[in-house]
Amino acid sequence: MQGLDFAVIAPYWDLLLIGAWWTAVLTVSAGVLSFVFGILFAVTVLYAPAILAYPVRAFMWLFMGTPLLLQLFLIYFGLVQIGIDIPALAAGIVGLGMHFAVYNADVIRAGIVAVDVGQTEGARSIGFGKWQTLRYVVIPQAIRNTAPPIGSNVIALLKESSIVSVIGIAELVHSAQLAISETFRPFEFYITAAALYYILNLVLEAALHRFERHVEVSR
Amino acid sequence: MLRVFPFFVEAALVTLELTALALLLGLAAAALAAAGRMSRSAILRAVGTAYVSLFRGTPCLIQLFVLYFGGPQIGINLDPFAAGVIGLGLNIGAYMAESIRGAVVAVDRGQTEAARTIGFSRFQTLRKVVLPQAARLMIRPLGVNTVALLKGSALVSTISVVELTYTAQRFIGSTYKPFEIFGVAALLYMVMVYAVARLVDMLDRRFAIV
Repeated sequence: MQGLDFAVIAPYWDLLLIGAWWTAVLTVSAGVLSFVFGILFAVTVLYAPAILAYPVRAFMWLFMGTPLLLQLFLIYFGLVQIGIDIPALAAGIVGLGMHFAVYNADVIRAGIVAVDVGQTEGARSIGFGKWQTLRYVVIPQAIRNTAPPIGSNVIALLKESSIVSVIGIAELVHSAQLAISETFRPFEFYITAAALYYILNLVLEAALHRFERHVEVSR
Repeated sequence: MLRVFPFFVEAALVTLELTALALLLGLAAAALAAAGRMSRSAILRAVGTAYVSLFRGTPCLIQLFVLYFGGPQIGINLDPFAAGVIGLGLNIGAYMAESIRGAVVAVDRGQTEAARTIGFSRFQTLRKVVLPQAARLMIRPLGVNTVALLKGSALVSTISVVELTYTAQRFIGSTYKPFEIFGVAALLYMVMVYAVARLVDMLDRRFAIV
């Protein structure tokens, strides 16, 4: 047992901040991916012909039933075996993005179903096509109504992004591990990393809260 | 593949054991935290709120690392399995505390008022009127937490607990067939996850009010 000394952090502060920056980059890029594919999957499951809808449904079922860690291993180590070699950063963004796309799709699908059928009838009767009705009338309302659960998925994404450190992406956990390998001070560095995650979490929550209010006002 | 399958089943049982123990710890921590957050004492409220906020605001992976790698520095020496159970349990406990609190808050205020009016004490009201109703409302959110815990238990492979994910990784080293090995592990997780989900569905229906 050695005494704690948080002064050991100082020389590694830049390293940790770079890690935190990459955690933010990962969260935003995987977040955008998960949002876009969430809508895509939801629409496919609801409206596409069975030949498209069923594979997407199976994909969702698969991703919801297995750990993210395993999904990352499959994408990063497994796909190489069948000739698909993607760099770690891309594997991390795709893995996180698809994992949360599936959860977003589940939420958005319920949101689309919940939009009043009168909205579709109204749009159709003033001459909107099927696709236009979906694009301009139904989906915007579905997204607005499901903003809070999608927001909590983004917050979960920020925390889960720590897992990509296991495939060697240089984000916050990885930075901490690097510093620990030189200083042998796991407690100080992991606590500091936790504090940085907590701050990122607060910032993200505040941003999402503002966004939700913005969406509310424009209603 | 057939040769390694028995090892996978054994490892899946470790994953289940880990999940079950963490679930027990999590429920206990969650009940205390939820009670704290709803208590009249400002200190208990602050402690409950701090626990929930800190454990929900940071990644589970970091919590496990602080406990397992950082623990020895402050005199806490745990073997991987114990660290895994405690880390996962405390993490999911913070989420479960919110599920429990949400269910208690969701019970109509009129129930409490009526019970108090006919002479029930605060404790009696909670014990005989509010909690039995809240318990039904808790089943589904706690079930969702349990499924998340089961999947999240894969994280403890990083602190070398020999469960399903760790076993899969170990066999990659000797077989060089990551796709098949991780595929089988994924399949076993799915079986467990959907079995738990079904169980939660059944419980929810069994205790439904209507």
